[in-house]
Amino acid sequence: MNDIATPVATPSGDLLSKFDQLIQTRETLLASGIEDPFSLVMEKVLSPTKAICNGRETILLGTYNYMGMTFDPDVLDAGKQALADFGAGTTGSRVLNGTYQGHKECEDALREFYDMDHAMVFSTGYQANLGIISTIAGKGDYIVLDIDSHASIYDGCAMGRAEVVPFKHNDIEAMEKRLRRIPEGAGKLVVLEGVYSMLGDVAPLKEMVAIAKKYGAMVLVDEAHSMGFIGENGRGVCEEQGVIDDVDFIIGTFSKSVGTVGGFCVSNHPKFDIMRLVCRPYVFTASLPPSVVATAATSIRKLRHGANKRAHLWENSKRLHQGLTDLGFQLGTSEPQSAIVAVIMPDLERGAMMWEGLLKEGLYVNLARPPATPANMTLLRCSLCAEHSAEEVEAVLGMFERAGKAVGVID
Amino acid sequence: MTEAEVDDRIRALIEPFNKKGVEIAEGTTFANDLEFDSLTVMDFVAEIEDEFDVIISMNQQAEIETYGQLVSAVHKLQDS
Repeated sequence: MNDIATPVATPSGDLLSKFDQLIQTRETLLASGIEDPFSLVMEKVLSPTKAICNGRETILLGTYNYMGMTFDPDVLDAGKQALADFGAGTTGSRVLNGTYQGHKECEDALREFYDMDHAMVFSTGYQANLGIISTIAGKGDYIVLDIDSHASIYDGCAMGRAEVVPFKHNDIEAMEKRLRRIPEGAGKLVVLEGVYSMLGDVAPLKEMVAIAKKYGAMVLVDEAHSMGFIGENGRGVCEEQGVIDDVDFIIGTFSKSVGTVGGFCVSNHPKFDIMRLVCRPYVFTASLPPSVVATAATSIRKLRHGANKRAHLWENSKRLHQGLTDLGFQLGTSEPQSAIVAVIMPDLERGAMMWEGLLKEGLYVNLARPPATPANMTLLRCSLCAEHSAEEVEAVLGMFERAGKAVGVID
Repeated sequence: MTEAEVDDRIRALIEPFNKKGVEIAEGTTFANDLEFDSLTVMDFVAEIEDEFDVIISMNQQAEIETYGQLVSAVHKLQDS
């Protein structure tokens, strides 16, 4: 990214000139001497909660590695074995030469985990949303979705060319009004998330799913940020709120609690299997490497029995939330609702300074900024891990206190 | 409802969003003249949807750049 520092005259017809304003904003920020929040390199990863970042030993508090499965010995062994037995990659689509024993076993593990009839594994979580949404909701259908939905959901809507009707975040009444206005006979899909990743808040799925059903809509819930630790069996917010049986499709990812990469959809729909032939982001890409599906399957099976880890993760989330509140930080939710604690910054400049201050203290959090954030907020997003020790959480609070005072975000 | 009546109602709805008191004409653009950001657009669209009991999908919103286009789109929608 060094080339950005040297301004060059823009030749006419340069299609990249539409990004000039963004380039300018970025240059201004970096010119103030701040370390680039979007070019961090982890030179060494010591554990699920510690790494060497830009030469410093750093506590990781922004990795979505909720259950700390990335270094689980059983998970690593399964991956190594599959790598040795099945090779580095499949070099093929799931519907051609890319379905190995491991892919079937991984889908079996998902079906058992969710107690559902069908499971379909995608190469990323992004592709799972992109593929399922674009395939089931096409031209003439209506998608009613929360305005704060993830980019992969919006991209799936755009790709399928359905009519997209957003409603105000977590607003039950606004959702119902829009469902009511959809023309008679049109296909309807309601898309919701269990936990919204920016503020870490939970959706009122119980009410929303009931309303969607009342209007004859199918329901898709993205449970990316809840798998493994919300709900009695870790199936997510729809399990916790008792509506999992009314949800038509659950989308999830392997890149958070599961600790590797990949995405999936589980469903009880009797015709679900046809998706494998008609879903383009599933068909026209290579399947996951054997080592990845082996680590995912092992991790998913272990997550089912992770009650102690779950309990510790919740303790961590509650302690961090309380501690930051006591220090005077403004948080995204007044109560801890998930393993995400979002700290609201007054503006991007102080957000970036605070982010850098924390990094120098030895703490990594996510800097989230518009347009990815709701209400154009700048956030320091913290995601806790079941492997963070109680001492680490206290150390984190000390770092927030020092950096917050230095930057003037708290008194 | 006639297009003139739709115009009157939308003119009243736009007032609280028109912070700089920009004069509203047919060709007034939401992005440049009124400087609506995505949040303002969402709130403003929700007001219109409630007032006229219609849906203006994001696909339709993408086609609407000026005040005149909005009035004619809403007029068409509430007729159908």
